[in-house]
Amino acid sequence: MRPSLPLFPEQASSFAADVDALYFFLVALTAFFSVLIGGLVVFFAIKYRRRKDSAPAVIEHEGMALEMTWSIIPLIVSLFIFVWGASLYFKISRPPGDAAEIYAVGKQWMWKIQHMEGRREINELHVPVGRAVKLKMTSEDVIHSFFVPAFRTKADVLPGRYTTIWFKAEKAGAYHLFCAEYCGTKHSGMIGYVHAMEPNDYQNWLVGGTAEGTLAQRGEKLFQDLACTNCHKEEGTGRGPALALIFGTEIPLEGGAKVLVDEEYIRESIVNPTARVAFGYQPVMPTFQGLVTEEGLLSLIEYVKSIGPKKGPPKPPAEANRKTGEARSKTGGAKGKQ
Amino acid sequence: MSAEAHGAVFHAPRAHQFDTAEQQKDASTLGMWLFLVTEIMFFSGLFCCYLVYRWFYPEAFAAASHHLDVALGGFNTAVLICSSLTMVLAVNASQAGKRRALVAFLILTILLGGVFLGVKAVEWHHKYVDHHIPGPSFHFEGPNARQAQLFFSLYFVMTGLHALHMVIGIGLLTVLTVQARRGKFTPTYNTPVDMCGLYWHFVDLIWIFLFPLLYLIDRHTK
Amino acid sequence: MITAPVTVPEREHYLNASYGLKSWLLTKDHKRIALLYLATITFFFFLGGLFAVMIRLELLTPQGDMVQSETYNKLFTMHGVNMVFFFLLPAIPATLGNFLVPLMIGARDLAFPKLNLASWYIFTIGGLFTLYALLSGGVDTGWTFYTPYSTTYSNSFVIATALGIFIAGFSSILTGLNFIVTIHRMRAPGLTWFRLPLFIWSHYAASLIMVLGTPVIAVTIVLLAAERAFHIGIFDPAIGGDPVLFQHLFWFYSHPAVYIMILPAMAVISELVAASARKRVYGYEFVAYASVAIAVFGFLVWGHHMFVSGQSVYAGLVFSVLSYLVAVPSAVKVFNWTATLHKGSIALETPMLYTFGFIGLFTIGGMTGLFVAALGLDVHVHDTYFVVAHFHYIMVGGTIMAYLGGLHFWWPKITGRMYPEILAKLSALVVFIGFNLTFFPQFILGYLGMPRRYHAYPDEFQVLNVMSTAGASILAVGYLLPMCYFIWSLRYGKIAPDNPWGAVGLEWQTLSPPPVENFDEIPIVTHEAYDYVSLPNGSVTPKKEANVR
Repeated sequence: MRPSLPLFPEQASSFAADVDALYFFLVALTAFFSVLIGGLVVFFAIKYRRRKDSAPAVIEHEGMALEMTWSIIPLIVSLFIFVWGASLYFKISRPPGDAAEIYAVGKQWMWKIQHMEGRREINELHVPVGRAVKLKMTSEDVIHSFFVPAFRTKADVLPGRYTTIWFKAEKAGAYHLFCAEYCGTKHSGMIGYVHAMEPNDYQNWLVGGTAEGTLAQRGEKLFQDLACTNCHKEEGTGRGPALALIFGTEIPLEGGAKVLVDEEYIRESIVNPTARVAFGYQPVMPTFQGLVTEEGLLSLIEYVKSIGPKKGPPKPPAEANRKTGEARSKTGGAKGKQ
Repeated sequence: MSAEAHGAVFHAPRAHQFDTAEQQKDASTLGMWLFLVTEIMFFSGLFCCYLVYRWFYPEAFAAASHHLDVALGGFNTAVLICSSLTMVLAVNASQAGKRRALVAFLILTILLGGVFLGVKAVEWHHKYVDHHIPGPSFHFEGPNARQAQLFFSLYFVMTGLHALHMVIGIGLLTVLTVQARRGKFTPTYNTPVDMCGLYWHFVDLIWIFLFPLLYLIDRHTK
Repeated sequence: MITAPVTVPEREHYLNASYGLKSWLLTKDHKRIALLYLATITFFFFLGGLFAVMIRLELLTPQGDMVQSETYNKLFTMHGVNMVFFFLLPAIPATLGNFLVPLMIGARDLAFPKLNLASWYIFTIGGLFTLYALLSGGVDTGWTFYTPYSTTYSNSFVIATALGIFIAGFSSILTGLNFIVTIHRMRAPGLTWFRLPLFIWSHYAASLIMVLGTPVIAVTIVLLAAERAFHIGIFDPAIGGDPVLFQHLFWFYSHPAVYIMILPAMAVISELVAASARKRVYGYEFVAYASVAIAVFGFLVWGHHMFVSGQSVYAGLVFSVLSYLVAVPSAVKVFNWTATLHKGSIALETPMLYTFGFIGLFTIGGMTGLFVAALGLDVHVHDTYFVVAHFHYIMVGGTIMAYLGGLHFWWPKITGRMYPEILAKLSALVVFIGFNLTFFPQFILGYLGMPRRYHAYPDEFQVLNVMSTAGASILAVGYLLPMCYFIWSLRYGKIAPDNPWGAVGLEWQTLSPPPVENFDEIPIVTHEAYDYVSLPNGSVTPKKEANVR
């Protein structure tokens, strides 16, 4: 095998070139200052080296102007880099609205990926070229970090919460996927590939594989298996609120606060149901922590996101809210202030 | 004790690295204050955890806090404030050269410290009986049992470390008492009494913060 | 070249004032305590170095074939723990600082000599705990002890190691406290704050961090150990605890800790530059204030270790901009040192070679700090070898270079013997070459995307890793050489004059080695620091020029 000596990683995402531009600027800046300082040091060391007949060092008038110059120039330069780095960071950390969602779960020592359309993979991730993809990630155990060097992006994956990473692949190919946060014995084995595919190939790939149904369908099955329907009845007459169309709305809580129903809140409501109870309901739901895997949780979330009312046309959220209000008066256990 | 024996200790024992006794006393005082600053930083780590989690889980913290015994906590607060008073009187006595008063106030301070620790032990025992010790056997009635465990973890770590400081303080005061009985301290040399006094007040002060933060959450609503 | 030691009746100094193990183990003399520290940290340095060598050997091939993954993880953890807590943190303050702070300010000792000895014992006990953890099976969490891995999942000796660090932390606190009180209260008559050598200013700043920062890591470690031992849930997400809170607490200390390591190194460099150029450090006040500024700003930038940890975007912005502010005083120092050389009278002896090495490598290390402080770029290089290379340029290229330079510079004062100059110059060169070959390829590796703490890696990274390992073996030679010739010089080195460099610091005005109480007579200071113009030959007081020997 011929040894290869790569000096620079592939650019395969929409912002890779932007990150590299800042990198090259900083490399040039570093080279400039290192050569300047190193050159001056060596030059002075030779020019003013001590000889037998050396005159003693001279007094130098210490110039305030000089001190200010070399304080203010580095300050301006570094603030310039800060602004550049920060604007880049906004680009890297804010996914565009139309990004396709994929779920990822980190676990000692593998990456488990779930596509909405139903395909699941381990240590491989297939994504389409030219389309922004957003990964919602969580961990089953310790902290991991999802890192694709060719895409110049990375995000820690934490237990107990969801973090997001996004990228838009621009070139088809297979790219390294690393775990970048030390996570135990086989940390260096928690690697895989991200396959960026042309959109058509990707569509073909997506419909292949086993017919397990979509992620939302799997979530619906789990929803029934866990007997969630006993309380979360469609009509909102159960001991728990109806879940149709609830995702993305703001609901009132016991105690007067409000909460946005997002992935984080649904997850919390399953593993730690009594933490933030919807207004008008009793904290009677048992915890499902340990009963549902992180992947199961993701499918449940996806199911909740997907459900609209089964019968009739979809109701606007305002009406759904009113419905919960009715449910409250029916349960009769409301103790909060109106 | 004979007058000669007194004469021998009348000059402040000055270590060789100092030029004057005053320089030595200045150095000790500065050193003690710096040490107290490190202690403040030590406890601030805990206060920081407390603030973060109370911010995250206000209801759980209020619910858990109601399981603490305000009467015992309040009594202990009073005991500690009294002990600070006796400590001040001890420092005063040593500056005035009143050996018997010094010993008496030191012993009183130690006793009050002991009372505090005794009451604390009773409280901890209650928590043990109620299964409020964090860990596998933790049990808490109410909607926020998990986060309540966080409160009790912080409660035990904070009061435990505070009690450890009390035990160290009592140990120091015991040594001082023995030295004071032997007449080691004079109006011109009483730096150790002064320093222990500072330490004791500091430990007292930490409790003055701990008591409302742990015992008095949301009490006004009940 | 070996000459028989001349047998002249020796005058009494701190080394021969008393003999026997007890006279060392119970000494309250700051100079002897400095040597106790020197021996202890040298042990930990070579232990940590041994782990480094094994890490580099494992990384010669892409497959994890020399040791098992578990062993490899323990190797890099113990390398980090040893080097950070038991070598770099005490390296300069506890040895050179301990020896020189009283001498430089014209005091007979530190303010609290017993406390000073106690802090060495505390340090050693902490070290023994860590050694115990090592011998009974090691620890595999990484030196950062991130939860929940360290509290719940790791199956190694976390508590013993954490306890060792906790205990050693108190030694750091006590040393810092001792320095601050000494610098405030023990200065010789006439030695005002702005006549102090910059060595003292930097040590003062580092001591502030030791006193203010170390207690926070202490309490964090208490919580970590309690969580691991009793599962009380402080950092456990299952009951609402936050693992990221641990990272905040950890870095609140561990970032300023970097400045505990580098400020004393800057202290040494300021002295070496002035003495080698026979010139007052350019912009003395700016360099002095820069030390304090670094210490203060250093406390406000810890979040830049957590740009991808899930902390909010706005927290990231604040920590990033503050990190850039802390870069400015560091840059000011480098420029001022360089300007000091201008029109100096520069002696090119070994200490100066290390100083050149320091300035060059610290510049690269500092400039690469700008890469990792840039939010958008850090997302890519965070937790890769780029970061590894960056902090080794600061810690090894900066701190260890300065430490070795300082050791050569003050060796005649400490031991009364000269080191062999030619060999020393040679090994300085070996260290410089070995260092760059080891760590420069790691910048490229990191940007390519090789994550840190990887036991096995993809094939395309091999060539750069082989270069790095080759460099490491050169570097190892560069570190072993000084240890050998320093020990050799204790017996066979040329007898050192009192002031071999013609320097003006107070430490050079006393005998080599100094008497037990440092000065026959406490000096009265009438000049500012580095006043080579009024005192061209480095004598402050005209009394008894000749060394009676």
